Amino acid sequence: MKKTYKIEVDCANCANKMQEAANKTKGVKSAVVNFMTLKMIIEFEDGVNEKEVMNNVLENCKIVEDECEIYF
Amino acid sequence: MNNKQKKSLYKILITIALLVLIKIIDCQNVYISFCLYLIPYFVVGYDVLKKAIKGIKHKQVFDENFLMSFATIGSFISKEFEESVFVMLFYQIGELFQSYAIGKSRKNIAELMDIRPDYANIELDGELQKVDPSEVKIGTIITVKVGEKIPIDGIVFKGTSSLNTSALTGESLPRDVKENDEVISGCINMESPLLIKTTKDFGESTVSQVLELVENASSNKSNSEQFITKFAKYYTPIVCYSAIALAIIPPLFINLFLNGGWQFSIWASRALTFLVISCPCALVISIPLSFFGGIGGASNTGILIKGSNYLEALAKTKYVAFDKTGTMTKGIFEVTTIHNAKLTANELLRYAAHAEAFSNHPIGKSIIKEYGKELNRESIESIKELPGKGIIAIIEGHTCLVGNNKLMEDNNIVIVECNDPGSIIHVAIDNEYKGHIHIGDQIKPTSKQAIKELRDLGIKKIIMLTGDEEKIANDVSTKLGIDETYCELMPQNKDKIVADLLAKKDEKDKLIFVGDGINDAAVISRADVGVAMGALGSDAAIEAADIVLMDDDPLKIAKAIRIAKKTMRIVYENISFAIGVKIICLILSTIGIANMWLAIFADVGVMIIAVLNAIRALNVKRI
Repeated sequence: MKKTYKIEVDCANCANKMQEAANKTKGVKSAVVNFMTLKMIIEFEDGVNEKEVMNNVLENCKIVEDECEIYF
Repeated sequence: MNNKQKKSLYKILITIALLVLIKIIDCQNVYISFCLYLIPYFVVGYDVLKKAIKGIKHKQVFDENFLMSFATIGSFISKEFEESVFVMLFYQIGELFQSYAIGKSRKNIAELMDIRPDYANIELDGELQKVDPSEVKIGTIITVKVGEKIPIDGIVFKGTSSLNTSALTGESLPRDVKENDEVISGCINMESPLLIKTTKDFGESTVSQVLELVENASSNKSNSEQFITKFAKYYTPIVCYSAIALAIIPPLFINLFLNGGWQFSIWASRALTFLVISCPCALVISIPLSFFGGIGGASNTGILIKGSNYLEALAKTKYVAFDKTGTMTKGIFEVTTIHNAKLTANELLRYAAHAEAFSNHPIGKSIIKEYGKELNRESIESIKELPGKGIIAIIEGHTCLVGNNKLMEDNNIVIVECNDPGSIIHVAIDNEYKGHIHIGDQIKPTSKQAIKELRDLGIKKIIMLTGDEEKIANDVSTKLGIDETYCELMPQNKDKIVADLLAKKDEKDKLIFVGDGINDAAVISRADVGVAMGALGSDAAIEAADIVLMDDDPLKIAKAIRIAKKTMRIVYENISFAIGVKIICLILSTIGIANMWLAIFADVGVMIIAVLNAIRALNVKRI
């Protein structure tokens, strides 16, 4: 299951950090952050609760970059 | 400017005012100065300090906030209050400028690519209402007024008009449409209102597909982008540790071995400068921005590139293989010439067209099309079709034989041979040979120029693959000047030939295959870069290819390669410029020549220049 989320982040390196953090989150098969279109494309593992995973993704992203936002 | 940027601007202005005030007071006491300078320091640096503390808590030590806090606190301790506030101030100005510049250029490119229609007009209770295009069901009649975008693919239900397709194809020539013509979303209606019956959902419509493709394009990252991401990951910590080493090792060394005394403060200030230079943001932003610009500019001229990795590969193209029919030729049968006519050409056509009046064969149809006038069906007395040979018809009392060599032989008619490749239709009337009609697929008007431009780009070999017979293939091949031609191929043969070519060539050189995207899907996906041509409205082609040329123009192949080369040149310029300046500044700060000002230029100035350079990638109209 692949889903695209709108994100808010200021700098390109921070976007890279967010991508790395999202990729390390449990339940995420792969994550790609597109800084240019301000989008995060998440491929979930099978049978996970997307909402729950996204909460964790946001939490992990906040750790590496305080001023970021993911809309889900 | 957004709210955050405005807030930051106010902070900067307040800080400047405070600094002016402190200068006017001009206090000599160190302790009071310390307290006074602390106020603007906190106004401008509060955010940075807070983030630095948060970073330490989260074990994310080496970010720029930490570096800036560390550097400014350091200079505060060494009693350089003014300098400390200035550094923080300039850092904030730099950040503001950076965020503004990036936001602006990001938006510019995004707007350029945004061909998304916002609404569809539907008639409800006798009134036109604007609705969200995603809510429109298949088969609904929508109204598109003059100047509006067609929101959803469909067929014209009522009205005639001309459409501007330039948002999709980059082609400025308008396209005329009438009732029952298919229209695709994203085109702008130019002349008169159209009623359109939708044939697809919004999500399946061309404009949505194109948008999705372009927006996801920067997710397919190129090697250069991956290199920069990796580089940034190691670069910052390395610089940080070097800075610590710079602060400790030289003074120790000087003290112990050269008896130079302790010179900690000099080396500490050098180390701090070192730290400010270390931010990798300029590097990290300018590379994807260049690719984004290249992809955005290309999509504006009707070339859709599915990822920066393909752009990178395209720039290294050395082999171009393509399909003939539909790629270099029009793929439509047309009457090309009429030879040896004993009647006027028009008269010959008239007989042939009437003989083919009821024919469903593409050749017959092309003769009728070329004749162009209304057929007088009453003049046809009888028609007898002989499969594989032709037609014997009686028209206006004359016996007309219209068909191939065999038909003529069977009727003992001496023909004039024709050496042109293509299909030859002989015509004999009342047992007398009257000439032949030559029917063939025509080379597109821009094909020859396209091959020439590819040669100018340094393509090593141009190869043509076709299912057509040898005579036709060789004819096209010599007319266009192609290096290698393979003919009479089945789709699986094409696949094998491309696989062989891929195996033989150098790994660095890339092979692109250009086809029409429908029956070449396998070959398109096998090539290093698969290009589908004339894909407007064809989902299958958009799916299979890495690069989609929205119109049929073969010139776009060379143009796509030129765009790729320009983009890669900008990428390499930015990589070498950014890394180069940073390394020079690092060296200068180590030996004590560079001060904080230079350090901030190395951080912000480089970024701005790199971003401006990246924006050049967007400008592809005239290359």
